[in-house]
Amino acid sequence: MELSLVPLLLEAAVRAGTPILLVALGELLAERAGILNLGVEGMMLVGALTGFIVSQQSGEPWIGVLAAAMAGVMLSCVHAFLSISLHANQVGSGLALTIFGTGLSGLLGKSFVGVPAKGFAPIAVPWLADVPLLGRMFFQHDPLVYVAYLLVPGLWVLLYRTRPGLKVRAVGEQPRSADALGISVVVVRYSCVLAGGSAAGLGGAYLSLAYTQMWVDNMTAGRGWIALAMVIFGGWNPVRTALGAYLFGGVQALQLRLQAIGVTVPTYLLMMTPYAFTILALIIASASRARGHVGTPTALGRAYIRGE
Amino acid sequence: MNWPVALEKRSDPSPRLRYVLPAVAIGIGLLLGAMVLSFMGAHPGEAYQEMARGAFGSVYGLSETLVKATPLLLAGLGVGVAFRAGFWNIGAEGQLYMGAMAGTWMALTYPGLPAPLLQPLMIVTGCMAGAFWGLIPAVLRTRWCVNEIITTLMGNYIAILWVDFLVYGPWKDPRAFGFPFAPPLLQTARLPSMPGNRVHLGLLLGLLAATGLTMLLKHTRLGYEIRIIGLSPGAARYAGMNLTRTTLLVMALSGGLAALAGVCEVAGVQGQLKHGLSPGYGYTAIIVAWLARLDPWATIVVSVLLGGLLVGSDMLQIAMNLPVAVAYMLQGLILFSVLAVEFLVGYRLVWKDAR
Repeated sequence: MELSLVPLLLEAAVRAGTPILLVALGELLAERAGILNLGVEGMMLVGALTGFIVSQQSGEPWIGVLAAAMAGVMLSCVHAFLSISLHANQVGSGLALTIFGTGLSGLLGKSFVGVPAKGFAPIAVPWLADVPLLGRMFFQHDPLVYVAYLLVPGLWVLLYRTRPGLKVRAVGEQPRSADALGISVVVVRYSCVLAGGSAAGLGGAYLSLAYTQMWVDNMTAGRGWIALAMVIFGGWNPVRTALGAYLFGGVQALQLRLQAIGVTVPTYLLMMTPYAFTILALIIASASRARGHVGTPTALGRAYIRGE
Repeated sequence: MNWPVALEKRSDPSPRLRYVLPAVAIGIGLLLGAMVLSFMGAHPGEAYQEMARGAFGSVYGLSETLVKATPLLLAGLGVGVAFRAGFWNIGAEGQLYMGAMAGTWMALTYPGLPAPLLQPLMIVTGCMAGAFWGLIPAVLRTRWCVNEIITTLMGNYIAILWVDFLVYGPWKDPRAFGFPFAPPLLQTARLPSMPGNRVHLGLLLGLLAATGLTMLLKHTRLGYEIRIIGLSPGAARYAGMNLTRTTLLVMALSGGLAALAGVCEVAGVQGQLKHGLSPGYGYTAIIVAWLARLDPWATIVVSVLLGGLLVGSDMLQIAMNLPVAVAYMLQGLILFSVLAVEFLVGYRLVWKDAR
């Protein structure tokens, strides 16, 4: 491949990686507090549709994004209530959320297929966009890409350098000790799951308002699940998760580029690469973790029942 | 908190409640669904009536319900046995497609074989392909602790794309007017079906599988190990059980059952491998298994109920122009309700001042 394609490819990698990254950061926060939310795919779909409809009706994509985040919060409330308050099985509740979100978005979105809506246009960051090569690749994007850039260090600082972050990690590692110290496990877990829901909605809105600027039934195509994988790949660390998400974006961009230039590999086989890559990334992460790099929050997936 | 009521954990969760639980959950789920439907401007009462009439109101409807219950039963049994062993197999959809693909390959490669030989061969090859597809995530988990929820789910996307590749490419039937269909199976490859409707041998296979699985779980050493490993992997290891071996066996079985659903769908109903062969049977199977509380006998009843839900939503599409997505929405709501009701089974409300 020609060398001039590389910046183009990286630019596309950032675009393709951003929705995964947004969703993964939210899921990371929820999982750090001990709640596994397998509903991200469903929340993402409902977020994508909500953002699209609201932007289409209001003509203002930012309002759409806000609505998408709210939709994500509302759906995550259900998961939070079931898994935190009712101690329900988190796998079951999350799967229910994904199935429900898939159905709901298909149902409500039927009349919006093929309708145009106002999405985001790229905005060049002053100064940085003029840096040769790098400017083109990283700083001439739509605004949600920059939101994702800021969220990565933001979440890192929150988790590792602030008191609330310490509480989150305590609740995810040792809920009983955290409770004994006077930290409200319920409040922390609810906050993190709801914040995660808003991020999933945001990631969905990125797809329908920035990445493609249209609504297609089931348009996430497994990206929510891939985000879940990237959290594991990144060892529950925001920075490494971001690397994983952009790496995934690179694979996706390369795959699309190869399709576009019409290589001899059939399209359907190329379309498998993101999923195969995800499995490979998980194997690499898990195999290396088996050698001692443990990162899974200890209480992940377990309900906390006081006095048991 | 000074609420007048408190939750008290029941010392022994009421067994009677356990039996009515799925019915209650389906009821609540449908009630919630009615709210969504009326929000959309559809009349929920009318919609549910239409669904019930479509699924259970006529002999034809009932037969179609059984046709859709067949893959749900087979895949639901597969999902259930994996869940029993503590393995979150979300990959029944992909295993189903792999089974359908391998069964079709057998039928297309050896069209000259007589039916009594060809059909068992199709079933065996199909099940082997599904077992293989189920074993990959099992090996990954037992070898490197790779999260099986994600690997089984990714496997669904890959399997569906693989079938798409075949039916849009090398296996595409040139006489299908451009549709993504593989060539139709010969009559010798078609499973026998009841006269006048589409209920086929797969249903009988499903009932046999449910019986076999009950025997396996209740009366064999492997079944005992599966149950212990699911309840407490630590205890199982302590008791000297081989977790790796059992997990691999269970996933071969689980993938094989889901794949059998795929073979039966091709050879019993559709008559050819095609794009969009399954409308998400593998995902609905998860709901089926959960509602049945992973019990093979209960899976039979639940798969008929959810088969009816699928037929009913097809009717809605025809009669009220609602997309099939309604079925998914309702399934999600039903699973939510099951989880909430399960909580209430384990606890009871008590008045504080009464104590």
